[in-house]
Amino acid sequence: MADPMRIRANMTGDKVEVKALMAHEMETGLRKDAKGNLVPSHFIRNVTVTHGGKTVLSAQWGTSISKNPFMHFRFKGGKPGEKVTISWIDNKGDKRTDEATIASGS
Amino acid sequence: MDAKRREVLKTGGGVLALAAATGILKPGEGLAQEWNKAAFDTRSVSDTIKALGGSGSSPSGAIEITAPDIAENGAVVPVAVESKLPRTQAIAILIEKNPNTLSAEFEIPAGTDPFVSTRVKMAETSNVYALVIADGKYFHAVKEIKVTIGGCGG
Repeated sequence: MADPMRIRANMTGDKVEVKALMAHEMETGLRKDAKGNLVPSHFIRNVTVTHGGKTVLSAQWGTSISKNPFMHFRFKGGKPGEKVTISWIDNKGDKRTDEATIASGS
Repeated sequence: MDAKRREVLKTGGGVLALAAATGILKPGEGLAQEWNKAAFDTRSVSDTIKALGGSGSSPSGAIEITAPDIAENGAVVPVAVESKLPRTQAIAILIEKNPNTLSAEFEIPAGTDPFVSTRVKMAETSNVYALVIADGKYFHAVKEIKVTIGGCGG
């Protein structure tokens, strides 16, 4: 099981600002190891962010998203104390779901 | 797309079906989502747009790409895209000179700002396209990012 994501969800005005950092190798399948063998691709393919049962962002990714992917976006309709849930699944079927509580922000 | 490539695609599908059959991938569980393999396999901007369902795209001044002019490290290039086009449904990031053009596609439901920011890998200096689907139409903006150290080498 992959390491937990780091998720921050803060109110900015009437919007929830979400920043997430996922722990993942994001291997392209093009890189060679020290012995010259190709390292098989291993990358997150789908990311879904939900709030109150509604999807607020869904993404499909290729191999060219950086290692330990970062994602930042904003949505309307959230309130402090509510949860934002982020899930990902990679090309090997590994998956991870984490949630964060919306903070009132500054 | 040549015949050999089709063979590879078929085999890929077979592996997925096998994974599903053996219960590695449980259908309908959690994130049961499609992944547009055809789009992520494309090797040019025009092919990617086609694979994403468009016939072409128009340049738009209402799309803003925020990224460095020069990336010191191609492995981590911050790219943000903001669309001011009404009814923006999706934002995709395309890197023309990467081995595979399409980097990411974000679907933007109503209520979510037409803005995404992430970090991408770039093999070499390239034009980066932000493709926006708004009200069923395809638009793009482009920005060249110079890379001094590639991000896909080993």
